Amino acid sequence: MISFNLFVLPFSLGLIYLLYMIIRWWSIWIRGLPAEDQKKFRTGIFSRNFFSALKEVFLESLIHRKMFRRNALLGYMHMSFAFGWFLLILCGNIESRIYSTTHVNPPYYPIFLKFFIHDRTVLWFEINTVPGFFRFLMDFLLLFVLSGLVLAMVKRGRPKWFGMKRTTHHQLTDKVALICLWLIFPVRLIAESFTDGYYGAGGGFLTQHLGNLMVLIFHESSRHIAYALWWAYSLLLGIFFVTLPFSRFWHIPSEVLLIFFRQFGITAKKSTTSFTEVEIGACSRCGVCIDVCQLGYAAHIHDIQAVYFLRSVRDEQVNRDILLRCLVCGRCQEACPVGINADSIRLIERNMFSGSHASDFTYLPADPPQKAPVLYFAGCMTHLTPAIIRAMKGILKQAGVDYLFLDEKGTVCCGRPIMLSGKYEQAEKLVHFNRELILQSGAHTLVTSCPICFRVFREEYKLPIRVMHHSQFLLELIKAGKIPLQAFHRKVAYHDPCDLGRGGQEYDAPRELLAKVAELVEVPQDGEDSLCCGGSLGIYTISSRKRDLITHDALRNLTASQPEVLATACPLCKKTFSKHAEIEVLDIAEMVYDAMPE
Amino acid sequence: MAKTIVVIGGGVAGMTAASRLADLGEKVILLEREDQTGGHLRQWDRLFPNRRPGYEVLDFLMENLEHKVDVRCNQGISSVSQQPSGFSLELEAGESLPCDALLLATGFDLFDAHKKEEYGYGIYDNVITSADLEMMFRSGQKITTRQGDAPSRVGFVHCVGSRDEKVGNLYCSKVCCVTGVKQAIEIKEQFPGAEVFGFYTDLRMYDRHFEEMYYEAQQKWDINFLRGRVSECAENQDHTIVLKIEDTLTSRPLKMTVDLMVLLVGFVPSPETLRLAAMLGIVVGEDRFLEPVDEHTRSNFTIQPGVFLAGASKGPFSISNAIADAGEAALQIHEYLRTL
Repeated sequence: MISFNLFVLPFSLGLIYLLYMIIRWWSIWIRGLPAEDQKKFRTGIFSRNFFSALKEVFLESLIHRKMFRRNALLGYMHMSFAFGWFLLILCGNIESRIYSTTHVNPPYYPIFLKFFIHDRTVLWFEINTVPGFFRFLMDFLLLFVLSGLVLAMVKRGRPKWFGMKRTTHHQLTDKVALICLWLIFPVRLIAESFTDGYYGAGGGFLTQHLGNLMVLIFHESSRHIAYALWWAYSLLLGIFFVTLPFSRFWHIPSEVLLIFFRQFGITAKKSTTSFTEVEIGACSRCGVCIDVCQLGYAAHIHDIQAVYFLRSVRDEQVNRDILLRCLVCGRCQEACPVGINADSIRLIERNMFSGSHASDFTYLPADPPQKAPVLYFAGCMTHLTPAIIRAMKGILKQAGVDYLFLDEKGTVCCGRPIMLSGKYEQAEKLVHFNRELILQSGAHTLVTSCPICFRVFREEYKLPIRVMHHSQFLLELIKAGKIPLQAFHRKVAYHDPCDLGRGGQEYDAPRELLAKVAELVEVPQDGEDSLCCGGSLGIYTISSRKRDLITHDALRNLTASQPEVLATACPLCKKTFSKHAEIEVLDIAEMVYDAMPE
Repeated sequence: MAKTIVVIGGGVAGMTAASRLADLGEKVILLEREDQTGGHLRQWDRLFPNRRPGYEVLDFLMENLEHKVDVRCNQGISSVSQQPSGFSLELEAGESLPCDALLLATGFDLFDAHKKEEYGYGIYDNVITSADLEMMFRSGQKITTRQGDAPSRVGFVHCVGSRDEKVGNLYCSKVCCVTGVKQAIEIKEQFPGAEVFGFYTDLRMYDRHFEEMYYEAQQKWDINFLRGRVSECAENQDHTIVLKIEDTLTSRPLKMTVDLMVLLVGFVPSPETLRLAAMLGIVVGEDRFLEPVDEHTRSNFTIQPGVFLAGASKGPFSISNAIADAGEAALQIHEYLRTL
């Protein structure tokens, strides 16, 4: 006979709805992939990557490894909810097999097992028996989840203990879902306890004792209270399941699929694909991106951070401010525990948002370049910092490099600034123009002084030649003994430009180079964690005063160890810092040039 | 008992206020950081709008000080503090100076043109500032390029460090436009055959005779004014300067070569002004100049009773404006001392 009671309906209906939504959206997303990605998905399922994905799902979605790395308490909180609940479901199912009479249980049966089964043959302390062991285990797991709940409540009042300063401002559906989630486990505990207490058996070390206590107080009415609580438990689960697809908790099924996509080699494109939609869904709104955002803590703009931006995209509520107010520095995606590429999603949205561009680019010069083995492309920003050009010319001459200064007479933009405003089609024209010039020169190496150009040359130009930032090229020349250097002992702090560090993954070459001409001092936030100078080309809709706040904050970080010189490897960072720095700001090329004997 | 006023800063405003106060019978001490009074006026050859020699005004101001005011040069101030009765100044020389009222006439600094790196000051040989050019005029020698040649094309870049959010200065420095017109004419006086250009944002010929001088520059001297900001420049092999600019009246990008490029640098608040203001608790505006209590009706008063302002510590001022403002400050201080 199948156990049934009317109260299982909210849970069951909610579960059916949730499963329907997950299956529906997963299939929409998978079918919505571009053809090449669909192929990757099909081959991926039958490859070893399938198991790597499963492993990653276990480590990230259940254990929350990246959260642990960020903060142990934050990691434990997430793990206790996710892994604890998962184990409760798993172990509950196994426990229910002890008492089930049919081959297949209805899904509600293990969930409400204690309502249906009152096993008086085994007592709570007999944990060496199979039912006794499971009762112990289930109580223990419930306690595990509840410990996470306590932490979640503490986090509201004391986010600092969890390594966070600010937490996300949630919207209504998120709050409803969150309240349900928080109530589910205490209500389950009390419901089970009342039932176990009333029947005098069936509970574990926790539920049985708590239940016995309840019966002492409530006597006969315990049975009715218990019944009401089972209804409440089922209702909470039902409401949670129904609100889940419309709340932040939709990240759970989305992240699982995202992990599979990534493991199968599927990546984001220049326009929205299913991959991007899954990424957007996978944002759990944990708010880790809020604290790292310089627009927030330094410039007091608190409503545009990645979490809010992604939410606005999901809700189709994107507005000008949320879209355009972003440094595109990449700090949020570096910190994101789900690894969402918020910057590329932002550029896709900016592309859809941006109007047409009047220029037909007929002003572009048309002279074919001379042949040269090495090309030097200063970039338009470097043309605003002529000291860098002077240094590069001096060094290249000294090292005897046979090179052509491609943009000496004039600069055709590399394309990145208009890409940052979402105008890919227009950028494509510039890319095409420059690419032809570069290829016509027959060069084997392209050197640029600007990390913005460097990044776009590497990512967008698909050049068959070496693309190097000058820090890499100068280091190579020094290692080959082509640049003589004098001993030079100034204390220097190095600033990682966004597009060279996080964007170009080059952190070592500039440091190695600087170490040869100066004494590097410590910078508290550097490398992947380095700050944006405030001069970003990705943002045009904040005031200069706001930018100044960001610059001042970044300077405080860079000058913490009292350096004599602030060195950077980007003309834009140099210009931005020079405006406010009290110490000298130099590009690494200038430092090398200064260290060369007369 | 006679009250003592200390005037900090011996430039145009400080000298004027000190002599006026002495005329009103007050006991004045004028403190000057440098070894002589005169301030920025000492660096000027001829003044706009009539191109009279700067020393005429300087001499007038110096004479007014003589025998009336206790002028103390080479006097840096280490600290200043409010006392129950007035103020106390600690001088760098170790002396302590009590007084009943203070006038901050600490003036301004010129914008450091190195900060506008795209113009190549300090990098290219033939990029100079308006202050450098004024000193060249003062030296009495003919203007030459760094290579010793007579310039045949000269460009004046307006608004360097002014009206430029990129360097953090949104304000207009007022006197650079007319200085640029004056200096352009002076170049033509020396080299009638030279081509002279002014690259401007707006030409703000706000005061009497300014517009006439601008007309003269165009009609008599054939000076070309182009509306647009120089975006960047580079140095040729022969040390001439190639500059890029958009002529915004015709919407055409231009490239031009000049032998000498003059940067018309604007005003910035001096660090010394800001240091004293911080010690005295005086309000500093968003533009970092000092803020009077009311810019129309009480423009010499600060929120601290007994501390007064005059001249370019409050923002860009011309010489005539600074003299008028300092005279008014002297009257206000005189009245204030009667109330003590």
